[in-house]
Formats: sequence, C-alpha cells, structure tokens
Amino acid sequence: MAQRQHLKDHFIEQRIFHNRSIAAIFFTLILFSVLLSRLFFLQINSHEHFTTLSQNNRVSVQAIPPTRGLIYDRNGIILAENLPSYTLQIIPEQAADIDTLLEKLSLLVNLRDIDIKKFKKEVRRKRRFEGIPLRFRLTDEEVAIVSVNLHRLPGVEIKAQLSRFYPYGKETAHVVGYVGRINEKELKRLSVTNYSGTNHTGKLGVEKSYEALLHGQVGYQKVETNVRGRVLRVLERSNPVPGNDLYLNLDINLQKVAIEAFENKRGALVAINPENGQLLAMVSMPDYNANLFVNGIDSKSYKALNTSWERPLFNRTVLGSYPPGSTVKPFFALAGLELNVIQLDHEIFCPGFYRLKGKAHKYRDWKKWGHGKTDITKSIVQSCDVFYYDLAFQMGIDKMHKFMTYFGFGKKSGIDILGERSGLMPSKEWKKRVRNQVWFPGETVIAGIGQGYVLVTPIQLALATATLANGGQHFQPQLVSSIQRKDDLFPRRVSPQVVHNVPILRKENWQEVHHAMTEVIHAARGTARRLNKPDLRYKIAGKTGTAQVFTVAQDATYKEDELEERLKDHALFMSFAPAQNPKIAIAVVLENGGHGASVAAPIAGKVIEAYLSQFSDEQLKSPAKKEAIEKPAKKQHTPISIDPDKTAVILHEKHQHA
Amino acid sequence: MPSQSSSQSLFFRLHIDLTLLMGLMALAAIGQIIFYSASGESMPLMQRQGLRLGVAFVVMLFIAQISPDTMRRWSPVIFIIGTIMLIAVLLLGTRVLGAQRWLDLGLFRFQPSEMMKLAVPMMLAWFLSSGNIPPHNRHLIIAVAILLVPVLLIAKQPDLGTSLLVTSAALFVIFMTGVSWRLIFGFIFAGIAFTIPMWLFLMRDYQRQRVLTMLNPESDPLGSGYHIIQSKIAIGSGGSFGKGWLNGTQSHLEFLPERHTDFIFSVFAEEFGFSGILILLSLYLFVIFRGIYITTQAQGTFARLLGGSIVLTFLIYIFVNIGMVSGILPVVGVPLPLVSYGGTSVVTVMAGFGILMSIHTHRKLLAH
Repeated sequence: MAQRQHLKDHFIEQRIFHNRSIAAIFFTLILFSVLLSRLFFLQINSHEHFTTLSQNNRVSVQAIPPTRGLIYDRNGIILAENLPSYTLQIIPEQAADIDTLLEKLSLLVNLRDIDIKKFKKEVRRKRRFEGIPLRFRLTDEEVAIVSVNLHRLPGVEIKAQLSRFYPYGKETAHVVGYVGRINEKELKRLSVTNYSGTNHTGKLGVEKSYEALLHGQVGYQKVETNVRGRVLRVLERSNPVPGNDLYLNLDINLQKVAIEAFENKRGALVAINPENGQLLAMVSMPDYNANLFVNGIDSKSYKALNTSWERPLFNRTVLGSYPPGSTVKPFFALAGLELNVIQLDHEIFCPGFYRLKGKAHKYRDWKKWGHGKTDITKSIVQSCDVFYYDLAFQMGIDKMHKFMTYFGFGKKSGIDILGERSGLMPSKEWKKRVRNQVWFPGETVIAGIGQGYVLVTPIQLALATATLANGGQHFQPQLVSSIQRKDDLFPRRVSPQVVHNVPILRKENWQEVHHAMTEVIHAARGTARRLNKPDLRYKIAGKTGTAQVFTVAQDATYKEDELEERLKDHALFMSFAPAQNPKIAIAVVLENGGHGASVAAPIAGKVIEAYLSQFSDEQLKSPAKKEAIEKPAKKQHTPISIDPDKTAVILHEKHQHA
Repeated sequence: MPSQSSSQSLFFRLHIDLTLLMGLMALAAIGQIIFYSASGESMPLMQRQGLRLGVAFVVMLFIAQISPDTMRRWSPVIFIIGTIMLIAVLLLGTRVLGAQRWLDLGLFRFQPSEMMKLAVPMMLAWFLSSGNIPPHNRHLIIAVAILLVPVLLIAKQPDLGTSLLVTSAALFVIFMTGVSWRLIFGFIFAGIAFTIPMWLFLMRDYQRQRVLTMLNPESDPLGSGYHIIQSKIAIGSGGSFGKGWLNGTQSHLEFLPERHTDFIFSVFAEEFGFSGILILLSLYLFVIFRGIYITTQAQGTFARLLGGSIVLTFLIYIFVNIGMVSGILPVVGVPLPLVSYGGTSVVTVMAGFGILMSIHTHRKLLAH
C-alpha cells in the first residue's frame, strides 16, 4: 500500500526533499550567523569590558590590620598592651555534623546557650569555609584541652588574635581610656581603607586622642580567590605598619598612691610637673575597669555603671566643673598686687561679714566673729573671706577675669585628651552675651571667694597652680611624653609647650603669695597645718577651699551634720612643693567632702610625699635642669610638637573646635 | 553519483561514511582537549569521557550496520517501549538533582528520554512515510498527537532541554515532509498569538518575573543570572585568540558553573578565543552539511525524513547550547554535542550519526 503511493509521487517527493534540504542549509547558515555575530560581539567588541570583569573576579584585596601601638607610663611600665586571646571557631565546611560537634565541645569547654545561639545564627549568615567564632577568650586550660582533642574534632580550630588589655585597667580608665568595637558613627568618620581589617578604635582618653598614631597603617594582600571567595594563593603582600608606641608622663605608681589616698571617696586629682606641664597623675574617682569595654560590655554591667549616682564613667579631671572656692584666693591676692589695686602692706579689718555700700545684704565670713585685722598673708593663711569680698569689689569683675585668664581659668587647658570642659571665669561681657543680663556688683563680691559663676575643672586648677608655682610660665598640660615609631631607634620626645607667660610687674608680689601659701601649711594657724610634719625634707605651699553646693539662707547657720551627703560642700586643695623649687603642682577636689583642709589636703600630701621621695635633698633644693622649652607661639599653639604629622594636626583642630 | 576509490568502497561495505567519521572524530578530539582543561586537568574524568566516546563510536558503527528498512519496521515498537519506560521513570525512577530522569536497571542507569530523541522522529517518519507526501492535515494532527505524549511525559520529569530537543526533532520530520510554508508560518504566528494573552491575563506576577529572569538573567546577578554573567565574562575575556589552553581564569577559578558539562563552550571560548570558535563552528558546519548531503542522497521517504530530522536536531543542539551560554537564549540544559561531559547524550548523538551512515551506505546503487 505504502509502496504504491510512494512510487506514484516519486518525482514530487524528490522535488520537495530537494527544496527542504536547501531550506535546511539556509536555516543552518542563519543560525550559525546569529551565533557568530553574538560571539563576535562578546569577544571582539566587548573584549575589554569582560577582561576587566574577569580580572576583578579572581583577584581580591584583603586587609591585614596593623598592630596597635603600646602605651607605657613614664617609667616604662606597660599600661596598654596587646595580648593574644584565643577564640574557638568552627569551619562548617570541614565539620561533618555540627550538632554532634557542639555536643562534644560542650564536654570540653564551657559553652553557654547564648554562645551556641549566636554561633548558629552566624552559620546561616556566613560562607561555609569561613571560621565562625563559638567562644571568645578561652582560658589557657581550655586552649590546652581543646588542642589535645583537636584530632577528634574536625572543623574546630583555635585562632589567636591580639586583644587590647590594660594591666591597670581600673587605675588608668579615665586617662588611657580604652578601645572598643567600631560603631556606625565612627565608621563614617574613620578611613575605610585604613580600618578595613580593624575591629577596634580608641573610644576614650589617650586611646582616642592618639588614635591616628596608635592605629598604624593597614597592610594588604592581593589574593586569588575562587567563586566562593576561598583564597587560592597570595599574589602580592604589603605589610602593615604597626602603630606608634606612646610613653606617658603619667607615673602609674604615683597614680596608685593617689587612688589609695582617696579611700573610695568621689573626687579628682591632677598632678602636674610645673617645670614643663607634664601630667604626673590624673585620678577621677570612682573608677571602673576599662577592660570591660574592649570586647563589648554586657548591657547589665553597663547600665549599672551608667546609671550609678556616683557616675564612675564621668571623668571628673576634665569634665567635672566645680566652684573653686577659696583656692582662688592666692590668685586674686596676686591679681590685686600685680594690678596695683593693693600694695604689699594692704590690710583690712574683718568683722565677720562684708556689706556693699547702701545695701543691707551681709556677705558672711566663714568665721562668724571675723578675723580682725587681716593682711595679705593672713588672708591666705586663715582664708579670710571678707578680705577678698573687698578686694574683688575694688578690682571689678573684668580685671579679675583678665588676670585669671592668664592662669587658664575659663579656658580649656589644651590637655591631649579630647572633650574637656572649659570651666567659667565670668565677665560683664560674658553675662551680657550668654544670659543677656547686666552684671551686679554683688556677683563680683562672691566671685572673690570663688563662688557664684566661677567654675573650674581639676585640670585647670592644677595647671593654674603650676603656673603660679613656676612664676608665670603657662604650659600646655601633656599626657604623652614621647612617641616611638617603628623605624626609629629612640622615641621622639614631645617637647613642653609654653602657651604664654604671665606678665610680671614685681617679683616680690609673687614671692609674697608663695610665702603666704607656705604658711598655710607651716604656720601655726594655717588651714592645712596638719600636712606639716616635723621630718619633712621640703616645704609645701598650698591653699584649701570649700565650695558650697547648697546655699545657706541669710540668717540660718550652716549645720554640716544635718545635710544630706550629696548636698555637703566640695572640699578642694591646691598645692605645690617644694615651695622653693616646685617639682609638683596638685589640685584635689573631693566631692561633698566637707572642709578642704581636713580631707582634700591629706590626699595631696600623700601624693607629694610619694613623688618627692625619689629626689635627693640636693635635688629638692635646686631647680631641675631646664629642658628645651619652646617659646610661646604668637598665633596658635600646637598641642604636641612631633613632626608635622597628621595626628598632630587632627588633634590640634579637635582642640580648637571642640 | 561521485566515483568511489577502492578504500572508500571498503568503508562503504563496512557501512562507514569516512567523511562524516573524520568530522566527528575531529570534533571529539577537540572536545577531549577542552574537556581536559574544563575538568580541572582530571585524568580520571578524561578517561571516563574517553571511554564514553569510545562506546558512542561503537554504538554508531553498530547502528550503521542496520538497514533503514529494518529500522523503519522496528520504529513503532521502539517508540512504544520508550513511552512505557518514560511512564516507568515517572512512577519509579531515580531522582537526581530535583529531576526524575533515570531508570535504574541494576547494571547501569538509563535515561529513557534520551532514547526518545531518536524514537520519536523514527516513529513520526514511519507514520508519515506511509501516507502521502506532503501529508494530509488529518495525518498531521495524528503526528502531533503522537509527539505530544512523550514530550509531555519528559516535560513532567522535568527536563525542559530534552523535551525541547524531542519536539524539534519531531517538527523537523514534519518540516521535511514538505508541509506548506503557509502552515509553518501560520503555526509560528499562532504560537506568538497564544503567548500574548497568556502573558497578559493568565500568568501571575511571580510567574512573569520568573520568565523575565529566564529571558534576562542579568537582572538577577546573584541568583539565576549568576551563571550566565560568569559565562559571558569567560567568553568575552577570551578575545580574538583566547587566554591559551589551561589558562582560562574563569573556569579554573571555579567561577564557571557546570564547566565541563553544559558550559564547556565558555571554557573553550575563554581559552581559544574567537579564532578557536571559528574552527570549532566550521567543523560543526562541516558535519551538518555532510549530513544534509547524505539526506539529499537518501533513498526512501523514511530515510529522508529521519535523516533530515537528525541533522537539524544536531544543529539545534549546537545553537541552543551556544546561544544559552552566550546569553541570547534562556538556560535550558542542552549539552554541546561531542564536547560536553555526559554519557547518554553523546551516545544518542552518535547513534543518530549511525543512522545517517546506515542511510548513506545501504543505498541500492541500481536505483540511480
């Protein structure tokens, strides 16, 4: 049947096949042309484009973070170091069964539920060949146990990292500060390149202000990777430049003495070398352990620290603003003399109160019945208020403001840690500008005893004391003494910086004030006479102060015992020693401590004693060899005079605009 | 009829078409060379692929011995067995990579859908050659019905690539019967006309999205588009002369997916460049033209229909594979014949060439 039809249509069929074969050839040619033109487009026209893409594909750049610089105290005792810390991690790709692995591990090391939970969350997020941390900070024992069993635990590895550690975490928290995980805000500010491998950045204190020096320069390696990002080989490597080591002027042993002297009371102490502005000790109490913050503090501990009424996180040395109280009296006495408002033989009668002409308001003296006849020395030694009410009134607030500014009152000290407060030394202009009010004479009167608007930070008071002690050289306080770069043989010293010199009218005026301050300790009726010990190898100059927190009503008497602890007066003490060749200047503030003489002065006494014990009698008598001190700059002062380095510039700007 | 030398007549008696054999062997050789690179210079994989090619050539030579007449008589039987096996696969087949294609026959796993690539055109050629040429519409409708049964079964596995190839093999049989151009273009337009309302009214948003991604993979660079983007980078970075054998970075760094199977062409293009591609495509063209020549010389309707279908399906293999790795066609799993790794597909292709050889060498010379 089929054969018959076949034969019948043979020629038609032949022709059809012929035509369709020709059509098939055309069809083939068309399809091949399509393919060839497409391939021509990809390989010839877009070749460069795809070559670039293929290069990017296989070579990736990985950051190698630099090692952070170390921080030492003035005697080379390490304050901030990088310790290896061991992290237990698992590479899912190599682990056969994660759950049994976790079970095995939990027998060897302490695994909390939260560790496992966090780990499992990470497993889902990360690529399978990447190590995922399970436990941080293994103890040596745990490291040993896991290491021994490593052959039974495929996929488990112990990774050593460097982690910041502060051996004196509690003692130096407010000065050295700490590093912490980089947060969103910092991420925007920090150089993306330089921090590409770094997880931590300075958050506070020296760690923050010297961040650029401490951090170093990131290194990188160019690696060839496969599609999953696994490194196949390293093509090129540029080593990171480690951060600079810093030597501080701080003496950690002195710092410890000071902290001990505080006996867990709240307050602050700043000790400065008046010969060069170096900061010897900086204490803010209560303190806290900086190490808690390095790898993230848990929210409960943080809340406890942050909400405590004692405010341990608050750095009182640069942030605490206190009324200076009577500690300003030596400065005002000097002001009166140097501005020719009073003379050396100036004397008043103190009836126990002061009254402005035509006004009924009584400004009380702390001594109800008065000091009687009072000269300059007695006014300082016994801390007569009436003398200074009168003197302040005679000088006027603007002269006081101008003179006190020489000593740094109302100005940021320029210390090389960020974020200090500027305190306040009021003037008529200030009140007009800020409060839009006129100045009242009564405000001048109370400013005379360091009350009213006047506010100082402990660093300012210490710095002013240093300036008073050294005869008018106003230094910039410096925490960092020298900077050790990786390639340098020796650390570069940060030279002392004189911001300006106080203009001197008569040397005798200064000597008179120094003498009076010495009498405060060494005279029979001096307010700080308890510091005077018979075996003292040197003389101490100082001035006590009591700053009111609570205003006493006009006719009420002040009963200390009845006041609540927090409303008690702040006790202050400023001091330098030896009185003849000052080697240390100190300011102490004891919050709600009551009288300066009884509580603040002994703390300063202990610090002075500890510091001066390192000097021989000979050294105590003669002034130290003068170091090369930089002349005050005309326009601006650079906080630290290392090489024109980025850091210095950054630091400088921060101070200017902060 | 070209005169034949004595050696040619020897091959002729062995039912071997020397010209076709040479072309296929050259292609297989190129395939092995690039396969060595694409497999990551793996000798064991090479040996396995070599063995498969060997088996495929043996199968080809074996099939060449069977006369087209015998094939024609057995066609319905083969088709029915194949269809039953497809049903068996769906019911008790082995699942590999989410698709149910394999039938475990104890000794080896067998992929019935591969067999259908030849069984379906054979069946259609058998059916249509028994009627008028060109066929009546009634016959065409029956032919489409015969085609749809295995195609739907394969599509359900799911194996889009194979069902596409089976469909095109069947359509090429119909094409060779000389159905009018009006019917062919009418069919194409009907297809387009059907697509538009389906797109507008029947498909849901996510389905549209899936189709769009399939048509434009670059819109999803981390998902389905990733493979095609990497493949284009491989091809494009090859340039005029390529990066050199074994030097393809895309493939050796594992950026290319399935680089020794469906995407092996990208490896070739990266390492040998446009000039290498010209050589490879010329070889393919040579084999196709030889196939078309054999078809034009074929005797008997069955042989002509089947021969044309086999050659054009071979063309479709090449076009779809290169089209998809170079980003002009959606990615459907179609291997590059004789070059891609994979056992069954190469055997099927070679079996097809075996049929072509049989067609050519079983001609009765008296007929001319």
